[in-house]
Amino acid sequence: MKLLRDTWLIFQRQAVLQLRQPVWIFVGIFQPVMYLLLFAPLLKPALEGPLGLTTNAEVYRVFVPGMLVLIAIFGGLFQGFGLIAELRAGVIERSRVTPISRLALLLGRSLRDAMTLVVQAVIITVLALFFGLRTNLGDVLLAYLMLALIALMTSAVSYGVALKVRSEDALAPLMNTVAQPVFLLSGILLPISVEYGAPGWLVNVAKVNPFSWAVDGVRALFAGDIGDPKVWQSLVITGALAALAVVWAARSFARTVR
Amino acid sequence: MVARDKVAAVIIETRGLRKSYRSRQGREVKTVEAVRGVDLRVEQGEIFGFLGPNGAGKTTTLRMLATLIDPDGGEATIAGVDLRTDPGEVRRRIGYVAQGGSTWDEVTAREELTLHARMYGLRKPDAQRRATEALAAFQLTEYADRKCKTYSGGQRRRVDIALGIVHEPRVVFLDEPTTGLDPQSRAHMWEEIRRLRTEGMTVFITTHYLEEADALCDRIAIIDYGELVAEGTPASLKREISGEVVTVGLQPAGVERSEARTTSAAEVLDTQPYVRKLETHEADLRLYVDHGATAVPQIMRALEGAQIPLDSIEVHRPSLDDVFLAKTGRSLREE
Repeated sequence: MKLLRDTWLIFQRQAVLQLRQPVWIFVGIFQPVMYLLLFAPLLKPALEGPLGLTTNAEVYRVFVPGMLVLIAIFGGLFQGFGLIAELRAGVIERSRVTPISRLALLLGRSLRDAMTLVVQAVIITVLALFFGLRTNLGDVLLAYLMLALIALMTSAVSYGVALKVRSEDALAPLMNTVAQPVFLLSGILLPISVEYGAPGWLVNVAKVNPFSWAVDGVRALFAGDIGDPKVWQSLVITGALAALAVVWAARSFARTVR
Repeated sequence: MVARDKVAAVIIETRGLRKSYRSRQGREVKTVEAVRGVDLRVEQGEIFGFLGPNGAGKTTTLRMLATLIDPDGGEATIAGVDLRTDPGEVRRRIGYVAQGGSTWDEVTAREELTLHARMYGLRKPDAQRRATEALAAFQLTEYADRKCKTYSGGQRRRVDIALGIVHEPRVVFLDEPTTGLDPQSRAHMWEEIRRLRTEGMTVFITTHYLEEADALCDRIAIIDYGELVAEGTPASLKREISGEVVTVGLQPAGVERSEARTTSAAEVLDTQPYVRKLETHEADLRLYVDHGATAVPQIMRALEGAQIPLDSIEVHRPSLDDVFLAKTGRSLREE
């Protein structure tokens, strides 16, 4: 099928480009490791009371999923920068005069981003095992799928916006402005829940944030509760939003002017 | 020309092609008509030059023909396919080389050419073979496996053009292919472009170097303010401006120019019977005359009689510059 073939072509090229700039591995791992080293140790004493967490394994089961969703959101939202460089280099225009599928131009890039994120997530999970994380392989694989969907969504949004604003100077503050409330309202650092003493209004606002559902879903999976309804609910929500974002951004690839 | 029209197939034909942009200046939204009804006919196997000052609608027309932007109105047929109804098929039959370059820094020319050919649906072995051929044709074999960021300007430009033709299109659009190249690289590029014609490709090129259009193009069209103002072979266009051109310089460069002197000189010379047409161009006057050698002494006498000092006087055959000036009222060199 033409779409699959075209997507594979773009994915391959994007993967090659990334492998030739291996600094992303370091950057992508460094920040999460800093959180694991410098922030996580504070969590056990802080959460012992309210959450009743007593072991490191339990603390990491709450914290590591949140951190993975965090890098999926931020990693994805900042992919647009690379696209602006490509626009400037004339690579996008060169692609658009060929009969290649417009959806493939977007999908090849976003799937590369999703794969990058999964590689990062695997490395971080393995590192967290050394810090005391304990979890099930099967459940975690499903969690990776959810993370990949989040990265697909956020990177597609970032590409779509990049094609509209066409300048790093506009993209950076825009993405930061979007990412900050989304991040704070997703319960990434601490779970947002009435049982843990969060104010009711904050809980209600967090409920309309799809990433808050995603964090709950990934946490349930890391905790081994694959039967928790939050798991399928969050998969459906992130899946649907990822599809919407991809369709929207692919339209920008089809009709970008100037 | 008439006989040739009958024989040669038309490969690009546009009728009333239009495009306008909405540009915002503060609160005001202005509509800029970039291209207002362009009718073009390009014949198969020719090098067709599309000239015009910056902002005249050159690149907009080119981008419409290359399917990058949709026209607002009009029709176009390219290599037998309707641009409006089947842009996808047009893409398969054309190549396009943008002005600013088109390569990733971190990959090699061979990788770029192979990927680009595959974007046109070629299978990997075929794409690799075409890439190797294109590299050889553009004398890039030596650098084929080096990253694009290591190339010189001329090498990069050759990679760009090779990308535009790697899938062997019937028409290739080149947007200012020699801008920014040194004279030697430019001469090489002309040879490459002529070679494409030898291979049966139609080359549609924009340029603002008139001597380039003169040397390279079989036919040219001049666009100004979104409309075609001239079309024909360089020779026939120059022939339209019959006779010779005498340029009269009234003031040495660097001296503040006096409008009054230019005006009075123009008044004196405009009434001379041998001057068929007179144009004022900054501090210079351009006189279109039948025969330069006899006109020069008469011009000098007339100016001397009016006590207007002369700085320089020069006779030349009409160039495309003169055609351009006659058709658009300004010189392309001012850009």
